[in-house]
Formats: sequence, C-alpha cells, structure tokens
Amino acid sequence: MNIKKSLKGLVALAIAGTFSANAIAAPSNAEIFDMMQEMKKELKNLKAENNELKGTVEEVAVSTDEAIKAQIKLANKSSWGGYGELHYNNLEGQGPGVSDTKKIDFHRFVLYFGHEFRDDLRFFSEFELEHALAGDGDDKPGEVELEQAYIQYDYNDTTQVTGGLFLVPIGIMNETHEPDTFYGVERNTVEKNIIPTTWWEAGVMVKKELKPGLTLDVALTSGLKGTSSAFKARSRQKVANAKANSGAMTTRLKYTAIPGLEVAASLFMQTDFCQGQVVGCGAATAFETHAIYKKDKFQLRALYAGWNIDGDAVKAAGADKQNGYYLEPSYRFNDKWGAFARYETYDNKDGSTSTADTEVKARSIGFNYWIDPTVVAKFDYVDQSKANEGDKDGINIGLGYSF
Amino acid sequence: MILKRYSLLIIATLLLVTVSSLFARGIYQTDEDFISEAFLKKPPENGRIMLGGDVRKRVTSLLGHPYGGLIIKYWEKEGKTAWILEEIGKTEPITFGIIIKNSKIEKIKVLEFRESRGWEIKYPAFTKQYNGVGLEGDKLDKNIDGVSGATLSLWAMNGVSRVALYLSQHLSNKSK
Repeated sequence: MNIKKSLKGLVALAIAGTFSANAIAAPSNAEIFDMMQEMKKELKNLKAENNELKGTVEEVAVSTDEAIKAQIKLANKSSWGGYGELHYNNLEGQGPGVSDTKKIDFHRFVLYFGHEFRDDLRFFSEFELEHALAGDGDDKPGEVELEQAYIQYDYNDTTQVTGGLFLVPIGIMNETHEPDTFYGVERNTVEKNIIPTTWWEAGVMVKKELKPGLTLDVALTSGLKGTSSAFKARSRQKVANAKANSGAMTTRLKYTAIPGLEVAASLFMQTDFCQGQVVGCGAATAFETHAIYKKDKFQLRALYAGWNIDGDAVKAAGADKQNGYYLEPSYRFNDKWGAFARYETYDNKDGSTSTADTEVKARSIGFNYWIDPTVVAKFDYVDQSKANEGDKDGINIGLGYSF
Repeated sequence: MILKRYSLLIIATLLLVTVSSLFARGIYQTDEDFISEAFLKKPPENGRIMLGGDVRKRVTSLLGHPYGGLIIKYWEKEGKTAWILEEIGKTEPITFGIIIKNSKIEKIKVLEFRESRGWEIKYPAFTKQYNGVGLEGDKLDKNIDGVSGATLSLWAMNGVSRVALYLSQHLSNKSK
C-alpha cells in the first residue's frame, strides 16, 4: 500500500518536475520512458525486500515461540504448589461433660514438590504442618508430617505404577482434599473417624484403566496399628518407624465414564489390625463406597464406610463393627457462590452389646464463596449430637486456598 | 503372610499390567492426524496468528493469564477452522485439537495429556458435551459437567475452547 503511494508520489513529482523544468529543458518521451522503467525496477526490488523482511519477522517469531515453549518445558521439570486452611470454630456444648469449642487455628499448611525425571517417570511429595506450631508441650499442638513421597511410572497409557509413600485409594476426600474442592469448613466426620483421612501408607500401587472410565487400583502397603486402649479405625502409624508385622491390601474400582458421575468402591484388608501387639486382635476389613453426581449447578455426594475387625478383645470393646455414612446435596449458584447441607453419622463402637448408644450424628448447613477459582471463604452452622453425652452446636468460618 | 494370602490377586494384577498394549505415553492422536481427519485427508496449508495487541489482550482475558506462546497455528477451509492449542492443567500442558464451524465447536479432542491426574476429560462421552457450544461474552454458552478429580483439566479445556471460538471469530471478521 505504502509502495503504491510512494510510486504515485514519484510519478506526480516526475510530471511536475517535467513541467517546471520544461522552461529549461523538456525531457524527451524516451527519457520519461527510461525513468518509468527505472522506477518499476526499484518497485520490484522494494517488493522483494519487503517479502524477505516479512519472512524474516515470521521466522524470528516462530523461533522465539519455540524457544519460549522449550524454556517452559525445562522450567516445568520441577514443580511446586500447596494448599492451606485457616479455621475459626465457635461451638457451644450442651449437656454434662460437653465443653465449648472456641478456637482459631491455621489447621493445615501444605507444600507440594514434584519433579519429572522423564515423560513417564516422576516424583511427587506433600509436606504438611498441622496446627501451625509443632513441638513438645500442650501449647504446641501441631505436627510436621510427610504425607506423600512417591515415584510414579507410566508403564503405558493405561497403566501406572506408584511406589513409595502415597495416599490410600479410598473415599472421596482422602486423595482430593484441597479446601476449594469441598463444602464445609471442617472435613466431614465420617471420612475422619471411619476412613482415617488423610490416610497414607508406604508400598506399591498399580492403577489400571480397564475400559474408558473404569479404573482399578491395587495397593500393597503398610497397615494400621490398633492399640488395646482404642481399636479405632483412626489408628494410623503414618509410616513413622511403623510396625510392619502385618501388611495391607487395598483394591478400588472407580467408574467415571459419564460426565458428572463418579461411583467407586474400595476394599481394605489387613491380616492383623494390631500388628501382633495385642492379644485378641485379628484381621480387619474395611469397605467403602461412594457416589458423586453433578448435573448443572446441583451436586450430591453420598458415602458409606464400615469396618469388621476380628478378635475377642476388639469385640469386647465393641469396636469389631465401626461404620458411618453421609449425604451432602449442594447447589452452585454461580462461579462465586455455593450452598450445601450435610447429614452425617458414624459409630466407632457399633459392635457394642451395651445399651449405651455410641453413635455420633451431625447436621450442617453453610456456604462457600470462591474469591478466585482456588481461593475460598467458608461459613457453616453445625449441630452435632453424641448419644448419651450431649449436643454441640455453633458456627465455623474458614479461609482456604490451593495453587 | 499378606503376600501369600493375596498372591493370586497380585499375579493376576501383574498379568493385567503385562498384557496391556504399549502406547506412547499420553499421545492419543498426533497434530497431523487430527488436522488430516478434520479436513477429510485434504488439509489446507496452515496459517498463523501472531499474538499481539488487542488479540493478545483478549486471549489473556479468556484464559485468565497470557497464552504460553507467540504464535497460534490454524487451518482454514470451507468455513471450518481447526486449532491446535496448549493449556496447563495443574503443572503440565495439555494439547487440544479444536474444530470450529459457524462460530460453534464442531469437535474438541485431547491430543496429548501429560498430567498424572485428570485424564478422564479425554473420553468422547465427556468431550461431546462441547459439540455445538459457542462463546457468549467471555464465557461458553453452555454449562459443562465436570469429572470429579479432573477440575483443573476441565478448566484448561474450557479455556482453550473460549480462545479457539474467539480466534475463529477474529479471522472471520478480518476477512470481511
């Protein structure tokens, strides 16, 4: 376009020059023709140069683009991330021996570190500080924990092998528990007291995609260690100089082929729940199943988990059967707001022959406000009742993030 | 003891692993095959859009962050455009192939997945939700149901869908 304009200008100037110089010496037609030929040649050269320049700019852009992508790939070999959640609890106890809970706590501060050795071989870890301050004494309630540290190998595009310290494939929240991914300030009590979330063990796990949307996980790992004072399901050893007299096996089948739907079932088996340390404590089996259904803005989560633990001592304590379930409907109004309600109940002594009921029930209602897709403020009201003990009700406020 | 007790299951699992066919990791379809399939084995020459000025600003707004490259390649023929775009899921880029026709998504496909979680978005049952989806302002005009545990992959797919729809519109406006 500019070249055309320049040419027009040159022709105009040439003609004007011709007239003004006419008084001195008018060029002949042959001379004008020569000048036109010269200009045509110049124009051709300019066009060629312009095309060359255009090509060079494009080449530079392509090279720069490739260099940026290569750099990103190099930088992505090691990655880090994390999540955290700050909680304020204000619950009032009602009934004998039920105390108030009024506290503020930076419940979890977690950092992830990962490294990709090759496209098919990677390392991942999760390092956590719970309750902000760890150490000896009641004023330091926290714990520093290594929750994940494993090597994962992709045998092929349908099979992964994981070795090291990893999360047991069971429940909804054990593997995905970043605060922006669930409703409620505190995690639900069933996945805390029946499935001991966050539950990690050391061992080997194979994940196999059997069909599109159907996966099987088989994990051979270290196990739990119940004690004579408490045969609770939440008897984690946390792979900290853990007793390895009795190993465990977890199998999970998960179906996710329909968008918005997840259905899964896990079976955990351990040959000796107390690692041979307690007479009258035997094999343990846990079964868990859950479903998540999401349609447009509505979501329903439902989970059941239960234990059978062998042994006379366990039975005498009423801990041979432990189970619980919860239902959680929720509605996401828009990108920012979502509300939920939850009913949950569990019992760590469901095998008790005593007339005293040991069931714990809780009803919650609340909302999440996502400040950003992975930054969330939470509020809920909870009413919890422990059979034969009393009630506790009040509010929880939380702030959480992940990146 | 546990090994003896469950040895049959372990052997069965190992067999299951061993007999699996071997594929290159996470590459479900090459870029070339996707483009060839999109244009019935007669693909046009590819064009390039350099991300600069207003185009870059709009792409940044649609993704929520700048696009990880300076140039986006596309293929255009008979009112149809095809795009190869990359977007990070959690830590790794996912490669998507997207076909746009009449300002709507005709097809979206995961061509390469490098993350260790969230790969469920590759299933046709999931990707077909995008068929016929258009752009309304900065958002897709239809809600996409996610897969539990694959939220970040879903966000990546939504992001590249918005970008492809916008760039296709941009090309169409430019040629008018």
